[in-house]
Amino acid sequence: MLFKYLTAKNEDIPPGTATIYFGFSSILWFIIGTGLGSFNAAKLAFPDFVTGTELFAFGHMRQVHVLAVILGWISMAFAMTMMYMTPALGNTRLWSEKLGVWTAFLWNVGLSLGLFLLWLGFTSGREYSDLIWPIDLVVVFGVLLPLGINVWMTIAQRKTQGIYITNWFFGACIFMVIIVFLVGNSAELFNLTGLTEGYLTFWFAHNVLGLWITPVAAAIAYYTIPKLSGNPLYSHRIGHLHFWAIIAFYSTPASHHLLSAPLPEWLKSFASVEGVLILIPAVAFVANILLTIKGRWSMFVENIETKFSITGVLLAIPLNMQGGFQQTRAINWYVHGTGWIVAHAHLALLGMSSFLEIAAVYFGLQQMLKRKLYSLALANFHYWFVIIGFCIYWISMTIAGLIQGGGKIYEVPYIDVVIAEHPYMIARWIGGTMVFTGNVVWLYNMYMTAREGTVVPKGRYAHELAYER
Amino acid sequence: MFGLSMSITLFFPSFDFISAESTWVGLDKALSNGRTMGWSFEDPLVRGDGKPLTVILDKDPKTGETIDPPVRAYVYKPGTPLASPINHPNNLGPTVKSLGFSKGKIDQASKEAGAVFTISYADVNGEEWAYPELASVTRGWTVEATLATAGDENTRYVGKGKQVYTTEQCWWCHTLLPEHTQDWQVFGWPPYQGDMNGEMPTAFGSDRKAPDLLHVASRNSSREWMMMHFFNPRLVQPNSIMPRFDYLWGKVDVNGNPIDYAKWRKEYEAYRKGEVAYPPEVPEYARDSEIRALIDWILTSLK
Repeated sequence: MLFKYLTAKNEDIPPGTATIYFGFSSILWFIIGTGLGSFNAAKLAFPDFVTGTELFAFGHMRQVHVLAVILGWISMAFAMTMMYMTPALGNTRLWSEKLGVWTAFLWNVGLSLGLFLLWLGFTSGREYSDLIWPIDLVVVFGVLLPLGINVWMTIAQRKTQGIYITNWFFGACIFMVIIVFLVGNSAELFNLTGLTEGYLTFWFAHNVLGLWITPVAAAIAYYTIPKLSGNPLYSHRIGHLHFWAIIAFYSTPASHHLLSAPLPEWLKSFASVEGVLILIPAVAFVANILLTIKGRWSMFVENIETKFSITGVLLAIPLNMQGGFQQTRAINWYVHGTGWIVAHAHLALLGMSSFLEIAAVYFGLQQMLKRKLYSLALANFHYWFVIIGFCIYWISMTIAGLIQGGGKIYEVPYIDVVIAEHPYMIARWIGGTMVFTGNVVWLYNMYMTAREGTVVPKGRYAHELAYER
Repeated sequence: MFGLSMSITLFFPSFDFISAESTWVGLDKALSNGRTMGWSFEDPLVRGDGKPLTVILDKDPKTGETIDPPVRAYVYKPGTPLASPINHPNNLGPTVKSLGFSKGKIDQASKEAGAVFTISYADVNGEEWAYPELASVTRGWTVEATLATAGDENTRYVGKGKQVYTTEQCWWCHTLLPEHTQDWQVFGWPPYQGDMNGEMPTAFGSDRKAPDLLHVASRNSSREWMMMHFFNPRLVQPNSIMPRFDYLWGKVDVNGNPIDYAKWRKEYEAYRKGEVAYPPEVPEYARDSEIRALIDWILTSLK
């Protein structure tokens, strides 16, 4: 297995090993994460489903779902894409394959430990930064920093003249997420309390999404779409507009999550204005990608990676339209704290981001395994189960959120809101279970690809070959 | 550009945060919660160890004189880490800090010797200000005398209760932040700027699947209702989706008899199906159980 490469010499490790290790890990975490999500959703629909034990209480399971998805699935899929895209874009090899394998190993061990402790109730009690601070330090110095060193060094030893936009994002986002982790968790390290803690909690929650999850997902699309379609990127300059607008506007609106908290009013107003300006990088990104795929829209139907990728880009449109405006005071007072926000968060992470990463993991694993996907039928099954499951989830939670918002504004007794939401809670559970099912099929498909996929000849891309079965 | 946005979102607001003056609510939270919540060196097993006790005093522990109305005192046994604003007095805000030093003598508090705090009021330029007072120095209230005077019935395990709230992660569904809309007309006044000085974590919550709890004890102060609701929320609210927290009772009830959960569930199932008219009795919790601490915290802090 891959464990033997932990002790092998760097030059003896075949290129792509770290990619494969990260790729399969991320799919496994995706299954764990969505499985926990489905389990939690069942508890919200039927509160006496698995009851009476501390370990399977909702409060103990809920955040394990969130962090398994963010730090397990999404971030590992990011690492996986960095392991093969960064060298490919620099026309070079990964700086250290061995460091990559070790990062993947430490990541799995550290995250398993952190989530196990969180499951038992060892928490900091801070949303998104729930992991206790010793685990946070493991994440920064055992996972993110080695990943960063590998990516930065690979970019530095590139054999191309410029740095492609994807690598701009990769290098900068790892740097920024390390800063975000250290500053966000400084409240625990230095016992910063009160409003400072509350603010830093959401400063972290906002920035880990804005400076890590969405921009890296976009960076992946900047690679996959031109690569798959054969069209060059429409505009590198618009890509740079996207990059710098993310740095300028996405790093500041943290306090729009706390419009009701007694934070300074200037800070909240500033955050709301900056929050609308997020539309600049958002529009730049979507326009750039959709203009790149121009002329090759048939691939949206024929090619599974393009199908996932473009779906993710299209989902970025409602995502950013919601995100830009729901955080203004005019709209936030209605939807804040309701299922609408839950729907929006899943649109970002399961919709836009995950679809882009799924495409990249499909593409990268086939490239690095040098085998063509085992079954297109199963991949399509995966696609439709994830997209239909996601849509059921998204729509039902949006409706539930609007009901809840109405209940909040018109002072409806809370229990009546709970009763009204019940059908949508069942729908969300069905949707989440469909996503989970699709991912189990995906793991099987990728496992069979590694074992029995048609071998891809040197110099060819997997998606150029016809299926043999 | 990253540096500029970091300045605007981190450095500039810090001036606002540092100038926030602690209110009575903020002092009460900070002194009753102790240094921090969640996992920490003083509480490595997240069982609520290393937290202060809150007592309601109607008699002066030293002189025995009646105190009317009763006051709260915060008892730090020797070795219990002191509250964040005692360690870092800047968290109190400039005015409260100077009152705490000049009148409250809080700079004399020591973790090793133990401490008893209370909250007093002083007049500053015609305004009433609450400030922390180290009663073990200013009034001679020792840890033992204060606990003995209050007795178990007037002792509230507030710090441990907040720890239960934190580790059971109640804040995934309940918020502690009424919003600036009609919302507060039901759930009560939103917090003031100084209401959370020294609190860690604030646990505002963001995803509300259940009512806001910041002032829940003002709406419902029945310990019996809380007991039934935690043991099985469907006992008092048939449509509730809250999980059962019966496991917080632990193994034994108040008399030391083992709690037979299987039997209780069987009887409850019969009640739920309509086979019997009444649900089984909820066991009386043990004095040192987690549920006692949690209800103590709710009824004492969330007013």
